[in-house]
Amino acid sequence: MGSQVFSGINIMTMNRLFLALITAVLCCTGHAATLDLNSDDRISRSRLLATGGASTIEGAAGGGIVPMAVLAGYGAQEEQSAVAFGSYVDTGDYQLEVVGGAWSWRNRIELSFVQQKLTHDSLTEALSLPTGSISQRIISAKVRVIGDLIYTPMPQISVGVQHKKNLDFFVPGAVGAKKDSGTDVNLTATKLILGGFFSRNLLLNANLRYTNANQTGLVGFGGDKNDDKELLPEVSAGVLLNRHWLVGTEYRQKPNNLSFIKEDDWQTAFIGWFPNKRIALVAAYVDLGEVATFKDQTGWYLSLQGSF
Amino acid sequence: MKQLFIGLCVSFLLMACANQSSTEQSLYDALGQYEGITKITHQLILVIAKDERVKHRYKGANMSKFKKGMSDYVCAAVGGPCEYKGDNMQLVHAGHNYTNTEFNAIVDDLILAMEQCGIPVTTQNRLLAKLAPTYKDVVYQ
Repeated sequence: MGSQVFSGINIMTMNRLFLALITAVLCCTGHAATLDLNSDDRISRSRLLATGGASTIEGAAGGGIVPMAVLAGYGAQEEQSAVAFGSYVDTGDYQLEVVGGAWSWRNRIELSFVQQKLTHDSLTEALSLPTGSISQRIISAKVRVIGDLIYTPMPQISVGVQHKKNLDFFVPGAVGAKKDSGTDVNLTATKLILGGFFSRNLLLNANLRYTNANQTGLVGFGGDKNDDKELLPEVSAGVLLNRHWLVGTEYRQKPNNLSFIKEDDWQTAFIGWFPNKRIALVAAYVDLGEVATFKDQTGWYLSLQGSF
Repeated sequence: MKQLFIGLCVSFLLMACANQSSTEQSLYDALGQYEGITKITHQLILVIAKDERVKHRYKGANMSKFKKGMSDYVCAAVGGPCEYKGDNMQLVHAGHNYTNTEFNAIVDDLILAMEQCGIPVTTQNRLLAKLAPTYKDVVYQ
């Protein structure tokens, strides 16, 4: 009873946080957006539209599930920038809420923070669990090492670290996860090829992740089957139909550390809308495969990002 | 879904390759030849004049000389029947220490100018692809 009340409060707090963030983003960006969606409102953030990407569920700039080498926002090398975002995924048996923010400095360093909350009502019912959700906090840093997304022959290359802390380790521990925190290291290369796809701009991205996180860390770190970190590839590609619309797809290989619950690779097909440099909206179809005993977890992803 | 993903990737790659050999309209013609290029350059100057990030860089510059120089340069770069007689990009920009921010701003302005001139996205991208490599000769020189 006590824990149900507690988790109820958690859900309400998280939902309120989520709503507050969406409202804040809309208030700050909606004004400009609704008045003149296609205007080139001059905020002093100079990188080209859409080149800040969206916000991944782990906070780093990228797509939805695969980070990119680009840094959050539109700050060029003499500027800084920040983003705030909220994302929601629903696969039927699971819902994931993410709120977060990122700051980038001189197109060199990106710092980000997210709070994730996974609601697992079906699992709670099936296993008569005392809890209904798992939360996780992620703090990340990314450094652009070399290259420019557009202007150098070499792709933009970044290195990132993501420190993750699982805040509800009861269920992850019960299914065999070894630790409640972990750190992923990412090596990412991203290139925008101007006119690379039928004279549309082509975005190619590859990430190598060194990790032992189960389901990004929501199911803890390491496990009975494998407790070592491993190098896993993640790729994404997209086409800018024009400077406002990006369509693409992502693939993320996942570890498989727990004998009790199988973990599948993740895939998305997404469409991103960048009406101006203040706002970005991403919708995606996601296929997460089998997630903690529930097969065929497919569903929808929606993410709203405001840039400052 | 996996098949869809692999399929999409393969078609991206195939089309990106096929793209190289396609027989499309020459970029010079797509831009509206020399007249079209001059129109874009003219519009670009108007956009730059309102852009706080870069307009001070053009203070006191001879704009008709800039217009002719840029039009000739673009015309030659896209395979048009022009001879660019000015200094190379490195010499033109040497000593000014133009920043990454200013380069981005000018590209931003050029895209806006092309949009205002009604240049299709595909033609815009083809021109940007020709001009982007000048980055190394322009920025922080």
